[in-house]
Amino acid sequence: MSEVLLQIDGNEVRATEGMTILEAAREAGVSIPTLCHHEKLEAHGGCRLCMVEVEERGRSKLVVSCIYPVANDQAVTTRSEQVDRIRKMILELLLAHAPDSETLLELGREYGADKDRFDKQASFCINCGLCVRYCAEVKKADAVGFLDRGTRRDIAFIPEIAARECWQCKECFPLCPTSALQAAYMLVSSLAFPEARHQAPSEC
Amino acid sequence: MDSERVDQIIEEYQCEASALIQILLRIQEEAHWLSRNALERVSERLGVSMTRIMHIATFYKAFSLVPKGRHEVHICVGTACHVRGAERVLDSVEEATGLKPGETDLDLKFSLETVNCVGCCALGPVMQVDKKTYGKLSAGETINVLQSYE
Ligand code: SF4
Ligand code: FES
Ligand code: FES
Repeated sequence: MSEVLLQIDGNEVRATEGMTILEAAREAGVSIPTLCHHEKLEAHGGCRLCMVEVEERGRSKLVVSCIYPVANDQAVTTRSEQVDRIRKMILELLLAHAPDSETLLELGREYGADKDRFDKQASFCINCGLCVRYCAEVKKADAVGFLDRGTRRDIAFIPEIAARECWQCKECFPLCPTSALQAAYMLVSSLAFPEARHQAPSEC
Repeated sequence: MDSERVDQIIEEYQCEASALIQILLRIQEEAHWLSRNALERVSERLGVSMTRIMHIATFYKAFSLVPKGRHEVHICVGTACHVRGAERVLDSVEEATGLKPGETDLDLKFSLETVNCVGCCALGPVMQVDKKTYGKLSAGETINVLQSYE
Protein backbone atom coordinates (compact mmCIF):
# COMPACT_ATOMS: atom_id res chain seq x y z
CA MET A 1 0.00 0.00 0.00
CA SER A 2 1.69 3.11 -1.13
CA GLU A 3 1.15 6.50 0.31
CA VAL A 4 -0.78 9.17 -1.49
CA LEU A 5 -0.37 12.88 -1.00
CA LEU A 6 -3.28 15.15 -1.73
CA GLN A 7 -4.77 18.45 -0.68
CA ILE A 8 -8.06 18.81 1.11
CA ASP A 9 -9.38 22.33 1.53
CA GLY A 10 -5.86 23.68 1.04
CA ASN A 11 -4.15 21.41 3.57
CA GLU A 12 -1.69 18.64 2.71
CA VAL A 13 -3.16 15.28 3.62
CA ARG A 14 -1.51 11.88 3.62
CA ALA A 15 -3.63 8.92 2.71
CA THR A 16 -3.20 5.33 1.64
CA GLU A 17 -3.84 4.14 -1.85
CA GLY A 18 -7.28 2.59 -2.18
CA MET A 19 -8.90 4.95 0.31
CA THR A 20 -11.80 7.10 -0.74
CA ILE A 21 -11.70 10.86 -0.54
CA LEU A 22 -14.28 10.68 2.24
CA GLU A 23 -12.09 8.40 4.33
CA ALA A 24 -9.05 10.57 3.80
CA ALA A 25 -11.01 13.67 4.73
CA ARG A 26 -12.44 12.11 7.89
CA GLU A 27 -9.02 10.95 8.94
CA ALA A 28 -7.76 14.48 8.48
CA GLY A 29 -10.65 15.76 10.56
CA VAL A 30 -12.53 17.37 7.70
CA SER A 31 -16.21 16.59 7.78
CA ILE A 32 -18.24 15.88 4.67
CA PRO A 33 -21.96 15.29 5.07
CA THR A 34 -23.21 11.84 4.13
CA LEU A 35 -26.51 10.03 4.20
CA CYS A 36 -26.02 6.63 2.64
CA HIS A 37 -22.50 5.99 3.88
CA HIS A 38 -21.70 3.67 6.76
CA GLU A 39 -18.25 2.46 7.80
CA LYS A 40 -19.27 -1.16 8.10
CA LEU A 41 -20.90 -1.28 4.68
CA GLU A 42 -19.78 -1.37 1.09
CA ALA A 43 -19.86 2.10 -0.39
CA HIS A 44 -23.16 2.75 -2.11
CA GLY A 45 -22.91 6.19 -3.69
CA GLY A 46 -26.65 6.60 -3.71
CA CYS A 47 -27.50 9.88 -2.04
CA ARG A 48 -24.82 12.07 -3.65
CA LEU A 49 -24.77 14.39 -0.65
CA CYS A 50 -21.04 13.80 -0.16
CA MET A 51 -20.28 15.43 -3.52
CA VAL A 52 -17.03 17.43 -3.54
CA GLU A 53 -14.98 19.28 -6.11
CA VAL A 54 -11.72 17.69 -7.19
CA GLU A 55 -9.02 19.27 -9.29
CA GLU A 56 -6.85 16.76 -11.06
CA ARG A 57 -4.35 17.53 -13.80
CA GLY A 58 -5.66 21.04 -14.13
CA ARG A 59 -9.29 19.99 -14.56
CA SER A 60 -11.88 20.43 -11.94
CA LYS A 61 -14.84 18.11 -11.60
CA LEU A 62 -17.53 17.07 -9.16
CA VAL A 63 -17.16 13.61 -7.67
CA VAL A 64 -18.94 11.50 -5.10
CA SER A 65 -16.39 11.37 -2.30
CA CYS A 66 -17.58 8.20 -0.61
CA ILE A 67 -16.70 6.13 -3.65
CA TYR A 68 -14.01 8.23 -5.36
CA PRO A 69 -10.47 6.98 -4.69
CA VAL A 70 -7.71 9.30 -3.58
CA ALA A 71 -4.81 9.94 -5.92
CA ASN A 72 -1.61 11.95 -5.81
CA ASP A 73 -1.87 15.66 -6.52
CA GLN A 74 -5.62 15.89 -6.13
CA ALA A 75 -6.87 19.16 -4.78
CA VAL A 76 -10.17 18.57 -3.03
CA THR A 77 -12.61 21.32 -2.08
CA THR A 78 -15.28 20.06 0.29
CA ARG A 79 -17.33 23.24 0.26
CA SER A 80 -17.77 25.71 -2.53
CA GLU A 81 -20.63 27.62 -3.98
CA GLN A 82 -21.30 24.86 -6.48
CA VAL A 83 -21.03 22.03 -3.96
CA ASP A 84 -23.33 23.83 -1.55
CA ARG A 85 -25.86 24.47 -4.29
CA ILE A 86 -25.94 20.77 -5.18
CA ARG A 87 -26.28 19.69 -1.56
CA LYS A 88 -29.07 22.18 -1.04
CA MET A 89 -30.95 20.83 -4.05
CA ILE A 90 -30.50 17.20 -2.96
CA LEU A 91 -31.76 18.05 0.50
CA GLU A 92 -34.77 19.92 -0.85
CA LEU A 93 -35.68 16.95 -3.02
CA LEU A 94 -35.28 14.51 -0.14
CA LEU A 95 -37.24 16.73 2.21
CA ALA A 96 -40.18 16.46 -0.15
CA HIS A 97 -40.22 12.77 0.76
CA ALA A 98 -39.31 12.90 4.42
CA PRO A 99 -40.29 16.37 5.67
CA ASP A 100 -40.01 15.41 9.34
CA SER A 101 -36.65 13.73 9.30
CA GLU A 102 -34.46 15.39 11.93
CA THR A 103 -31.28 14.43 10.11
CA LEU A 104 -32.49 16.04 6.92
CA LEU A 105 -33.87 19.13 8.64
CA GLU A 106 -30.60 19.73 10.39
CA LEU A 107 -28.58 19.37 7.19
CA GLY A 108 -31.17 21.51 5.51
CA ARG A 109 -30.56 24.34 7.96
CA GLU A 110 -26.85 24.11 7.33
CA TYR A 111 -27.26 24.38 3.57
CA GLY A 112 -30.18 26.78 3.53
CA ALA A 113 -32.53 24.24 2.00
CA ASP A 114 -36.20 25.17 1.83
CA LYS A 115 -38.12 22.11 2.96
CA ASP A 116 -41.24 23.25 1.20
CA ARG A 117 -39.66 23.94 -2.15
CA PHE A 118 -41.08 20.82 -3.81
CA ASP A 119 -44.51 19.30 -3.52
CA LYS A 120 -44.63 16.74 -0.78
CA GLN A 121 -44.42 13.13 -1.86
CA ALA A 122 -44.70 11.39 1.40
CA SER A 123 -42.91 8.15 0.72
CA PHE A 124 -40.80 8.82 3.84
CA CYS A 125 -38.06 6.47 2.73
CA ILE A 126 -35.27 8.22 0.85
CA ASN A 127 -33.85 4.99 -0.54
CA CYS A 128 -30.48 5.39 1.09
CA GLY A 129 -30.28 1.62 1.34
CA LEU A 130 -28.67 1.64 4.78
CA CYS A 131 -31.19 -0.77 6.26
CA VAL A 132 -31.13 -3.06 3.25
CA ARG A 133 -27.36 -3.19 3.09
CA TYR A 134 -26.91 -3.52 6.82
CA CYS A 135 -29.31 -6.42 6.97
CA ALA A 136 -27.61 -8.15 4.04
CA GLU A 137 -23.96 -7.35 4.71
CA VAL A 138 -23.63 -7.23 8.47
CA LYS A 139 -26.48 -9.38 9.78
CA LYS A 140 -26.70 -11.58 6.69
CA ALA A 141 -30.41 -11.91 7.39
CA ASP A 142 -31.85 -10.31 4.25
CA ALA A 143 -35.06 -9.46 6.01
CA VAL A 144 -35.55 -6.14 4.29
CA GLY A 145 -35.07 -5.30 0.63
CA PHE A 146 -35.98 -2.96 -2.17
CA LEU A 147 -39.01 -3.43 -4.35
CA ASP A 148 -39.78 -1.94 -7.73
CA ARG A 149 -37.73 0.78 -9.34
CA GLY A 150 -37.46 4.44 -10.19
CA THR A 151 -39.96 6.67 -8.47
CA ARG A 152 -41.87 3.66 -7.17
CA ARG A 153 -38.87 2.12 -5.46
CA ASP A 154 -39.55 1.34 -1.84
CA ILE A 155 -38.33 -0.85 0.96
CA ALA A 156 -40.21 -3.89 2.20
CA PHE A 157 -39.70 -6.57 4.79
CA ILE A 158 -40.10 -10.19 3.81
CA PRO A 159 -42.64 -11.10 6.52
CA GLU A 160 -41.45 -14.70 7.08
CA ILE A 161 -37.86 -13.63 7.58
CA ALA A 162 -38.79 -10.55 9.57
CA ALA A 163 -40.87 -12.63 11.97
CA ARG A 164 -37.85 -14.81 12.62
CA GLU A 165 -35.02 -12.28 12.67
CA CYS A 166 -36.11 -8.75 13.35
CA TRP A 167 -37.60 -8.88 16.78
CA GLN A 168 -34.28 -9.55 18.52
CA CYS A 169 -32.23 -7.37 16.19
CA LYS A 170 -33.72 -4.06 15.06
CA GLU A 171 -30.19 -2.76 14.61
CA CYS A 172 -31.17 -1.07 11.40
CA PHE A 173 -33.70 1.26 13.06
CA PRO A 174 -31.20 3.82 14.33
CA LEU A 175 -29.42 3.85 10.97
CA CYS A 176 -32.43 5.19 9.12
CA PRO A 177 -32.22 8.93 8.47
CA THR A 178 -36.01 9.06 8.39
CA SER A 179 -38.50 7.05 10.36
CA ALA A 180 -39.73 5.14 7.36
CA LEU A 181 -37.97 1.96 8.32
CA GLN A 182 -39.54 1.68 11.71
CA ALA A 183 -42.94 2.44 10.27
CA ALA A 184 -42.56 -0.23 7.62
CA TYR A 185 -41.50 -2.75 10.23
CA MET A 186 -44.39 -1.92 12.52
CA LEU A 187 -46.79 -2.35 9.65
CA VAL A 188 -45.36 -5.71 8.65
CA SER A 189 -45.17 -6.97 12.18
CA SER A 190 -48.73 -6.03 12.99
CA LEU A 191 -50.15 -7.46 9.78
CA ALA A 192 -47.99 -10.47 9.25
CA PHE A 193 -47.09 -11.76 12.68
CA PRO A 194 -49.44 -10.29 15.23
CA GLU A 195 -48.73 -13.00 17.81
CA ALA A 196 -44.96 -12.55 17.74
CA ARG A 197 -45.37 -9.57 19.95
CA HIS A 198 -46.84 -11.59 22.77
CA GLN A 199 -44.48 -14.50 22.47
CA ALA A 200 -41.33 -12.47 22.39
CA PRO A 201 -39.55 -11.87 25.66
CA SER A 202 -40.31 -8.43 26.96
CA GLU A 203 -37.60 -5.87 26.66
CA CYS A 204 -36.41 -3.93 29.66
CA MET B 1 -45.77 -24.74 -12.26
CA ASP B 2 -44.82 -27.66 -10.05
CA SER B 3 -41.57 -27.59 -8.19
CA GLU B 4 -40.17 -30.46 -10.26
CA ARG B 5 -40.36 -28.34 -13.38
CA VAL B 6 -38.78 -25.45 -11.51
CA ASP B 7 -36.00 -27.78 -10.43
CA GLN B 8 -35.50 -28.96 -13.99
CA ILE B 9 -35.08 -25.40 -15.20
CA ILE B 10 -32.71 -24.58 -12.37
CA GLU B 11 -30.61 -27.64 -13.17
CA GLU B 12 -30.36 -26.67 -16.80
CA TYR B 13 -28.41 -23.73 -15.49
CA GLN B 14 -26.32 -25.83 -13.10
CA CYS B 15 -27.79 -24.05 -10.07
CA GLU B 16 -25.67 -21.03 -10.99
CA ALA B 17 -26.71 -17.97 -9.01
CA SER B 18 -25.50 -15.83 -11.92
CA ALA B 19 -28.23 -17.36 -14.10
CA LEU B 20 -30.96 -16.04 -11.80
CA ILE B 21 -32.55 -13.74 -14.34
CA GLN B 22 -32.43 -16.37 -17.09
CA ILE B 23 -34.13 -18.84 -14.79
CA LEU B 24 -36.82 -16.36 -13.80
CA LEU B 25 -37.40 -15.53 -17.45
CA ARG B 26 -37.87 -19.20 -18.26
CA ILE B 27 -40.36 -19.67 -15.45
CA GLN B 28 -42.20 -16.54 -16.47
CA GLU B 29 -42.33 -17.72 -20.06
CA GLU B 30 -43.73 -21.13 -19.22
CA ALA B 31 -45.99 -20.34 -16.29
CA HIS B 32 -46.83 -16.75 -17.30
CA TRP B 33 -46.03 -15.57 -13.80
CA LEU B 34 -43.63 -16.06 -10.90
CA SER B 35 -45.44 -17.79 -8.11
CA ARG B 36 -44.30 -17.49 -4.56
CA ASN B 37 -43.53 -21.21 -4.43
CA ALA B 38 -41.40 -21.01 -7.54
CA LEU B 39 -39.49 -18.02 -6.20
CA GLU B 40 -38.88 -19.70 -2.87
CA ARG B 41 -37.60 -22.79 -4.63
CA VAL B 42 -35.24 -20.67 -6.76
CA SER B 43 -34.04 -18.85 -3.68
CA GLU B 44 -33.33 -22.11 -1.89
CA ARG B 45 -31.62 -23.88 -4.77
CA LEU B 46 -29.46 -20.96 -5.91
CA GLY B 47 -28.70 -19.71 -2.45
CA VAL B 48 -29.90 -16.22 -3.38
CA SER B 49 -31.86 -14.36 -0.72
CA MET B 50 -35.57 -13.79 -1.17
CA THR B 51 -35.10 -10.03 -0.82
CA ARG B 52 -32.71 -10.04 -3.75
CA ILE B 53 -35.09 -12.12 -5.84
CA MET B 54 -38.04 -9.88 -5.00
CA HIS B 55 -35.97 -6.83 -5.89
CA ILE B 56 -35.23 -8.28 -9.31
CA ALA B 57 -38.69 -9.70 -9.87
CA THR B 58 -40.27 -6.30 -9.20
CA PHE B 59 -37.61 -4.36 -11.08
CA TYR B 60 -38.14 -5.78 -14.56
CA LYS B 61 -41.40 -5.39 -16.38
CA ALA B 62 -40.89 -8.77 -17.99
CA PHE B 63 -41.76 -10.44 -14.70
CA SER B 64 -45.16 -10.67 -13.12
CA LEU B 65 -46.03 -11.65 -9.57
CA VAL B 66 -49.64 -12.27 -10.50
CA PRO B 67 -50.85 -14.78 -13.08
CA LYS B 68 -50.84 -13.48 -16.63
CA GLY B 69 -52.82 -14.77 -19.59
CA ARG B 70 -51.50 -17.30 -22.08
CA HIS B 71 -51.25 -14.52 -24.63
CA GLU B 72 -49.83 -11.12 -23.92
CA VAL B 73 -51.42 -8.42 -26.01
CA HIS B 74 -49.40 -5.23 -26.28
CA ILE B 75 -51.02 -2.26 -27.95
CA CYS B 76 -48.59 0.45 -28.97
CA VAL B 77 -49.75 3.90 -27.95
CA GLY B 78 -46.49 5.62 -28.88
CA THR B 79 -46.67 8.92 -30.72
CA ALA B 80 -46.69 7.49 -34.24
CA CYS B 81 -49.24 4.80 -33.44
CA HIS B 82 -51.34 7.29 -31.53
CA VAL B 83 -51.53 9.53 -34.57
CA ARG B 84 -52.33 6.54 -36.77
CA GLY B 85 -55.24 5.43 -34.63
CA ALA B 86 -53.97 3.38 -31.71
CA GLU B 87 -57.02 4.53 -29.80
CA ARG B 88 -59.34 2.68 -32.18
CA VAL B 89 -57.28 -0.49 -31.91
CA LEU B 90 -57.21 -0.27 -28.14
CA ASP B 91 -60.95 0.37 -27.98
CA SER B 92 -61.75 -2.65 -30.09
CA VAL B 93 -59.45 -4.88 -28.06
CA GLU B 94 -60.99 -3.62 -24.84
CA GLU B 95 -64.41 -4.28 -26.23
CA ALA B 96 -63.62 -7.75 -27.54
CA THR B 97 -61.84 -8.94 -24.41
CA GLY B 98 -63.54 -6.88 -21.73
CA LEU B 99 -60.12 -5.93 -20.39
CA LYS B 100 -58.50 -2.63 -19.54
CA PRO B 101 -54.73 -2.21 -19.87
CA GLY B 102 -52.99 -4.04 -17.04
CA GLU B 103 -55.74 -6.63 -16.67
CA THR B 104 -55.99 -10.35 -17.34
CA ASP B 105 -59.20 -12.26 -18.01
CA LEU B 106 -60.49 -14.98 -15.73
CA ASP B 107 -59.78 -17.76 -18.23
CA LEU B 108 -56.18 -16.56 -18.28
CA LYS B 109 -56.35 -16.22 -22.03
CA PHE B 110 -55.27 -12.64 -22.62
CA SER B 111 -53.36 -10.02 -20.69
CA LEU B 112 -53.61 -6.51 -22.05
CA GLU B 113 -50.92 -3.85 -21.79
CA THR B 114 -50.20 -0.62 -23.57
CA VAL B 115 -46.61 0.10 -24.57
CA ASN B 116 -44.85 3.16 -25.88
CA CYS B 117 -43.31 2.52 -29.28
CA VAL B 118 -42.11 -0.91 -30.22
CA GLY B 119 -39.76 0.48 -32.83
CA CYS B 120 -41.69 -0.04 -36.08
CA CYS B 121 -43.63 3.20 -36.31
CA ALA B 122 -44.07 2.89 -40.08
CA LEU B 123 -46.38 -0.06 -39.41
CA GLY B 124 -48.57 1.85 -37.00
CA PRO B 125 -50.97 1.29 -35.44
CA VAL B 126 -49.18 -1.73 -34.06
CA MET B 127 -50.29 -4.57 -31.82
CA GLN B 128 -48.10 -7.39 -30.57
CA VAL B 129 -49.48 -10.69 -29.41
CA ASP B 130 -46.84 -12.75 -27.65
CA LYS B 131 -43.87 -12.24 -29.96
CA LYS B 132 -45.76 -11.60 -33.17
CA THR B 133 -46.26 -8.09 -34.49
CA TYR B 134 -49.36 -6.96 -36.40
CA GLY B 135 -49.24 -3.64 -38.22
CA LYS B 136 -51.51 -1.21 -40.09
CA LEU B 137 -54.47 -2.54 -38.16
CA SER B 138 -58.06 -1.56 -38.59
CA ALA B 139 -60.56 -2.23 -35.85
CA GLY B 140 -61.97 -5.21 -37.74
CA GLU B 141 -58.59 -6.77 -38.40
CA THR B 142 -57.71 -6.41 -34.76
CA ILE B 143 -60.69 -8.53 -33.77
CA ASN B 144 -59.82 -11.14 -36.38
CA VAL B 145 -56.29 -11.37 -35.05
CA LEU B 146 -57.51 -11.88 -31.50
CA GLN B 147 -59.95 -14.52 -32.59
CA SER B 148 -57.15 -16.52 -34.13
CA TYR B 149 -55.73 -17.18 -30.66
CA GLU B 150 -56.75 -20.09 -28.54
S1 SF4 C 1 -36.07 2.93 5.30
FE1 SF4 C 1 -34.58 4.43 6.09
S2 SF4 C 1 -32.63 3.32 6.12
FE2 SF4 C 1 -33.99 2.12 4.84
S3 SF4 C 1 -33.59 2.86 2.74
FE3 SF4 C 1 -35.32 4.06 3.52
S4 SF4 C 1 -34.39 5.90 4.37
FE4 SF4 C 1 -32.74 4.39 4.16
S1 FES D 1 -22.69 9.35 1.19
FE1 FES D 1 -21.71 9.38 -0.70
S2 FES D 1 -23.37 9.16 -2.08
FE2 FES D 1 -24.34 8.97 -0.13
S1 FES E 1 -45.13 4.49 -31.94
FE1 FES E 1 -45.89 2.49 -32.22
S2 FES E 1 -44.20 1.48 -33.03
FE2 FES E 1 -43.40 3.45 -32.68
